[in-house]
Order: sequence, then structure tokens, then C-alpha cells
Amino acid sequence: MSRSSLGDNIQDGEVLLPVRTGYILLSLVIAVVLDLVPLPGWLSWVWPDFVAVTLVYWGVYQPRRLGLFPAWLLGLLMDVADATLFGQHGLAYAALMFAAVFVHRRIQMFSLPYQMAHVLALLVAQQCIQLLVRLVDSAEFPGFQYFIASVTAAVLWPALVTALNAPLRRRPGADEV
Amino acid sequence: MQATPQPIFKRGPSLAVRLAFFSLLSLVLLVSDARFRYLEGIRSVVSVVLYPLQQAASLPGTLLTRTGEFFVTQSALYRENEQLKREALLSAPQLQRLTALEAENAQLLRLIDARPAPERKTTIAEVLYESRDPFTRKVVIDRGTSHDVHEGQAVIDNVGVVGQITRVFPFVSEVSLITDKNQSVPVQNSRSGLRSVTFGLGHDGALELRFIPVNADIQTGDVLVTSGIDGTYPAGLPVATVANIERNAAFAFARITCTPSAGVSSFNRVLVLSAPPPAAPNPLKTEPVPERPRKGASKP
Repeated sequence: MSRSSLGDNIQDGEVLLPVRTGYILLSLVIAVVLDLVPLPGWLSWVWPDFVAVTLVYWGVYQPRRLGLFPAWLLGLLMDVADATLFGQHGLAYAALMFAAVFVHRRIQMFSLPYQMAHVLALLVAQQCIQLLVRLVDSAEFPGFQYFIASVTAAVLWPALVTALNAPLRRRPGADEV
Repeated sequence: MQATPQPIFKRGPSLAVRLAFFSLLSLVLLVSDARFRYLEGIRSVVSVVLYPLQQAASLPGTLLTRTGEFFVTQSALYRENEQLKREALLSAPQLQRLTALEAENAQLLRLIDARPAPERKTTIAEVLYESRDPFTRKVVIDRGTSHDVHEGQAVIDNVGVVGQITRVFPFVSEVSLITDKNQSVPVQNSRSGLRSVTFGLGHDGALELRFIPVNADIQTGDVLVTSGIDGTYPAGLPVATVANIERNAAFAFARITCTPSAGVSSFNRVLVLSAPPPAAPNPLKTEPVPERPRKGASKP
């Protein structure tokens, strides 16, 4: 039914190095810091949710390394950072991680530009969960510019994948005699 | 019938089960946070973990400003210095008059046996960042319980009221701006003395006055100052200027929008006023009288 775990490490016929836990942790810490950067008005609408995209990356490319629990914990961290309701990001990120792992085989079949569409759908769905939670808590719809962050995140997806894959590439010529 | 074979790899519960578990846990957290505010302790712990990350995130911006400050030209400094000197000179007579007036006011208050308004301690705080939550209007400042900041304190800048502290952590605290949808400030029209309450609309640059009759004495350009009757904001701080009044006879109330005086979303440093002194007991609220054993009620 399932392929061997080696299969998760193959991208476009290229075998990547095994991922260390420290590397995953580092990428997530950098994502959290990027999310916390103080920004002036309009830029904060455009600024993507780096934690969410990074979670999607690990969910899609290493579906067995990062489960729902780390995603949920990161969500709670972002809840405190963004001064939102406790559990709002947790719920959204857990669902996002589930969706990413659920469709990881499908997404991996596409080239990077086509993957962007899938990532956009995942991120918008994640934002919709947060929106729903806030609407139930009697908040008002902030307008459709709310979803711009997901669009920028999807546009950045190829760059993000390339950047996060770079340290996992084998050095050319390493296997040659 | 075929017996299900023993699984070769231990996997734990399936993904869907785990999703259901975490969703349920999140819902429990959401309800307990939104309705009962049980989780402030956990929030404080998480905020301490976040603090170094926040510092790291605001480092580039701080460095940029510092470098900019370093390369400020001499002429700019000279101009600013001149302007400050001029302002100091202009405000000196006002300040002297203020001291005299304060003394006179205190004496008059003593004469009529009223309690003078107690002075409040102030703490200067720096705004770390604006909350990324688009549903609320909040900023995070770099002062917390370790700097003697408490929930409910008023926050002002050099122009007027900014907001109120709604949540404190050990090193940082959250300030709800007066433009937040859940924030209301009791105000008084400085021209006509009309009292009312401003409500935030949930977006920048606008406040609303509700429940003002159509024929009330209020004009565009009127300055609204805090009335001080809530005990949170000291009286007399500028809050907003009336920007637009729609009087429609079909409705009982006028639609009045105001522009906040303070740069509610553009300030860097703010002033946290210390907590107001305990209010005088409300005479309308009678305490339950402890039951005394009545003389004639002894058991037969």
C-alpha cells in the first residue's frame, strides 16, 4: 500500500539527503521570526504567513517527519504572538498539516508552478478556518484583502521549496570516483 | 474469512483520528479562552518563550533606525534643535500659568471639600509591533508585569488617548487601541460639555459616537476629550475630532464619525498611566447585611 520511506526523499528523480530534526526545527524558528517582523500598514496585509507555508512544505515533502502535534503547538505559539484566541491558529495549522500530508503524493506529481495552485487552496482553506472561528466569536469580516497573504505565500512557494531543498541536495560529483 | 495480519510497522493512530483529537482540543481551548479566560497562565509562559524571537524579529528594523539616526545630517539636527527651543519658549508661559492654576485649583477643591485628582505615575513604553490579527486593533509594547504594568491601565501618546492595556505578560503587554471594535471611551464635548461614549469601528482612523439625539449640540470639528467618569482614563485628554455628522429625521439618533487625535497606528513611543486609585464605593450598591440572630426568633 505505501511505498518505502525512501520514496519520500525523491524529487524529480533526485535523491535528497535525509533530513535532520535540527534542520526542521531551524526552518520553523526562522519562519516564526519572519512572522513576527513588525511591518507598516499595507505591508502587513501582503506579508505571508511563513509558519503556515513552511508547515505545508514539511507536510508535502517529509510527510512522516512532522506530525500534527508540532503543527498544533506552533499554532498555539502564533496565537500568543498575534494576540488571537487561544487555539485559533492551533486548529487551523493542525487541519493544514492534515491536508498537506493527505495530498502530498498528488502535489509531488506536479511541477512547481502547478504546485502553487494546490498550496494556495490549502492556505486559503486554513485562513477560512480562522475566519470562521472569529466570525463565531462575533468579529467582523475584515475584507477580501485578508486573503492576499495566502496569494503572496503561494507565489513564494517555488522559491521556498528551492531554498529549503538546497541544503538537502547531494553535492555534484560526490558519488563519482 | 481472513484474519487481519499483525501490522509490521507500528504507526499509532491514523491521521484522521489525530486530526479529530487536535481539533477537539483546539475547540476546548477556544471556548475556555473566549468565554472564561482560563488560559492566561499558559499564555504568559508561551510569551516568555516568544520574547527572544520577538526581539530577533524587530532587530533589523531597530538597526536600520539606529543607523539612520547616526547618519542624520548636522543641519537637520540644528533645525530640530531650533524648533524645540522655540517650542520650549512658547510653552514656558503656559507651563507657569499651569502651575499657578493647579495650585489655585487644589485650593478651591479643598475649599469645597472635594478630593483633588491624584497624580498618576507614568511609564514610557516602546511599541514592538502591531498585532497581525486583522480582526482586532492591538499593538504590543515592551513593558509587562516585571515593569509594574497592569491590566486596565490607560495608554496615551503626546497628542491624545491611544488605548488601554488589555493583557499583560512578564515582559510585554497588549494594548487595545481605541479603534478596536470592543473599545469604548467615555468622552465629553469640549465645546458644549455634552457627554457621550466613543466606540471603535474595528478599522484605522475612525470612531463612532452612538445614541446621540439628532438635535444634540454637536458640530463638525468639535474636539472630544475624556470625561474621566470611567475611572480608567484621566479627564481632559483629547480623544477625537468630530469628522462627519449625518442627521436624518427618520432615525432617532444621528450618525457621527470622528477621527482619533492620537496617531493610533503610527506612534513609536507611548506613555502608560498607572492604575487609577480605588474608586469610592458605589452608594447604590448596598452590601448584604449580615444576618443577626433575632431576639424573638429563638426556638420554642
